[in-house]
Amino acid sequence: MSARAQIRLEGLSVGYGGRAVQRDLDLEIRRGDIFVIMGGSGCGKSTLMRAMTGLLAPLAGRILFDGESFWEVLPAARARRIRRHGVMYQGGALWSSMTLEENVALPLQQYTDLGPRQVRELVDYKLALVGLGGCGALYPAEISGGMRKRAGVARAMALDPEVLFFDEPSAGLDPLSARLLDELIVELKHSLGTTMVVVTHDLASIFAIADEAVFLDVERGTMLTTGDPRWLRDHAADARVRAFLRRGVA
Amino acid sequence: MSARAGSPPARAELVGTGARAVLRLSGEWRLAGAPPAAEVVVARLARAQVSELAFDTTGLGGWDSSLPSLLLAVRAHCRAHDIELAPAGLPEGVGALLTLAEAVPLQSAPPIDARPRVRPLARLGRRVIDASRASGALFAFVGEVVLALGRLARGRARFRRAEFWLIVQQVGAEALPIVSLVSFLVGLILGYIGDQQLARFGARIYVADLVGLAVVMQIGALVTAIVLAGRTGAAFAAQLGSMQANEEIDALRTLGIDPVEFLVLPRLLALIAMTPLLALYADLMGILGGAFAAAVVGGINPTEYAVQTVQAVGWNHFVQGLISAGVYGAVVAVSGCLRGMQSGRDAAAVGATTTSAVVTAILHIVIAAAVLTVLFDAVGL
Repeated sequence: MSARAQIRLEGLSVGYGGRAVQRDLDLEIRRGDIFVIMGGSGCGKSTLMRAMTGLLAPLAGRILFDGESFWEVLPAARARRIRRHGVMYQGGALWSSMTLEENVALPLQQYTDLGPRQVRELVDYKLALVGLGGCGALYPAEISGGMRKRAGVARAMALDPEVLFFDEPSAGLDPLSARLLDELIVELKHSLGTTMVVVTHDLASIFAIADEAVFLDVERGTMLTTGDPRWLRDHAADARVRAFLRRGVA
Repeated sequence: MSARAGSPPARAELVGTGARAVLRLSGEWRLAGAPPAAEVVVARLARAQVSELAFDTTGLGGWDSSLPSLLLAVRAHCRAHDIELAPAGLPEGVGALLTLAEAVPLQSAPPIDARPRVRPLARLGRRVIDASRASGALFAFVGEVVLALGRLARGRARFRRAEFWLIVQQVGAEALPIVSLVSFLVGLILGYIGDQQLARFGARIYVADLVGLAVVMQIGALVTAIVLAGRTGAAFAAQLGSMQANEEIDALRTLGIDPVEFLVLPRLLALIAMTPLLALYADLMGILGGAFAAAVVGGINPTEYAVQTVQAVGWNHFVQGLISAGVYGAVVAVSGCLRGMQSGRDAAAVGATTTSAVVTAILHIVIAAAVLTVLFDAVGL
C-alpha cells in the first residue's frame, strides 16, 4: 500500500445472493483525491459503494481503510470506522420527518458531547457551506432535488469525515444544478482535503471533478482500467473505456 | 390520432405470386381505424411463396405506429424465409423506424409459456422453505428488538424522545374516535344478542355479566388491537417501507445508528404504553354499548345494569385484559416495523408491505390471545 493510499481494495467481489456483480477488484484510492467509480448502468457501481460504506458484506476479498480491513473486524469496530465516513445518497436520503437542521444535527447529537447551542452553530455552518444558509427550518419535502442533495452533503459532512462517498450526485439534476454540485465537491476537496469517492456515469461530472477513476465493465463483471479519465478518454487500451468516455464515438 | 372521417380504410393487398410480389398498402393507416393485422398479411405472404417482395405505397394516406409494426413482422418473415426485400417503395421515415426497432437484438429471456412448470410438491417444498426463512427473519428481528430493549434498560439506547411523544399522540389520542365507535358497537351487539338469549330463561339482568366479562377480559383488548393493527401497524410499515425505499434507513446505518433502536424502539414503547390505556377505554365504551342495548331492548335500568356489572367484573379480569392489551400492542408494533424494515425499494413493495403488516399482526394477535387464555387459566387469574 503506497504512502498516500487511504483506501485499498484487494481481490474484492461484490454482489447479491452469492452472485457476483463485480469481481477481482484491486485498486488504491489516494488520500485527498476525488476518485470516481464509473461504468454503464447496472455494472455494479452502487453495489461496490454499498460494500465500501458498510451496507453490504463482500462475497470475497478485502476493503482496507488506512491499512485496516473493514469487514474483518468486530461490528463495534466497524461502526466506529463508519462514523469517520460520510455518505451522500442519490436522492439525498434525508430523514423526511425532520427539518434540514435536525437532519444535520442528528449525527452531532448522537456522537458528540456538544451542547445544543454549539450543535446549532455547527449546523448553521455546514448548511452555509453547501449554500443552504437560512433553510434549516425547512422539511425535505419543501425543497428542490438539488437542495436535497446539498443538504445530504451537509449531513454527510456533519462529523468532519475523512472519506466522503457520493452516489450519483448529478442524477436527476438540471445541468446548472449539476455543475454547481460538482463545483461544491471540488471546493470541499480543496478546502477540507477530504477523500471523495464518487459513483457516477455522468461524463461532464467525471471530467469536471475526477483526479482518478476506475471503469467497471458490465459484460466482464470486473474493472477494466484505472487512471485520469481525461487520459483514459484518449489513451485507454480498452476500446470500451474510450467509447464510454466519448459517449460511444470511437 | 383517430382516422379522419370519410378517409379510405387501411388496406394491404398482395399482388402477384411466384418469383416477385408487391405488397400494396393504401388508405389511412391509423390505430383507431382497425388496420389489417400483421399475422393475416404474413399468412398471405407465406401462402403466396414469393422469393422477392416490393412495396407500392402510392395510395397510402397518413400512417402511425400501425404501419411500421406490420412492416416489422413482414420483414422478420422475409428474413426467416430468405425472401428478398425491396424497401424502395416505402414512405420516408418508415425505414429509419424499422432500423431503430431492429437495432438491439431481442432479449433472450424465455417467454412465460416456455418457463418450466413447477410441480405441486416442489411448490409446496418452496413454500415450506420460504415460511421457515420468514420465521427465521421474525425471530432474528425479535432478537434485535430484545437486544435494543436491553440497551434501553442500561440507558445506552438512542432515539429521539420528541419522536416518541409524537408517536404516542398518533397511536393513542388520535385513535380514540375509531376505538370508541368500534368498541361501543361491539358492546351493543353483544348486549343485544345476550338479551335475546337470556330473555328465554328470564335472566335478562345477566346480560351485564356477559358483556362486562367478555369485554373486560378479552374483547376490549382484541378490538383495540385489531383497530391498531389496521391503523397504526399499517402506518408503521408504510413509514419504514418508504424510508427503506428512499435510502433513509441506509443513511442511518452508514452513520452507525442502529435503525432498530432509532425507529423501532419508540414505536414499540409507544404501543406497549398506549394499547392498555386504549383497551381500558374500549372496555368502558363496550360496557356502555351493552348497557344501551339492554336498556332499549330489554328495558333494564342503567343503574341496575351498572351494579350488576360491578358485581360480576373483578380486578383479576381487568388485569387479564390489560396484560393482553400490552402483548397485542407489542405484536402490532413488531409486525408493522418488521414488514417495514423488510420492504423492497419501490412503491408496489411498500403497498405489499402494508398489507403484509396487517395480516401478520392480526394472525399473531389471535395466536397470542389463545396462548394468553391458556396461561391465565393455568395461573388462576
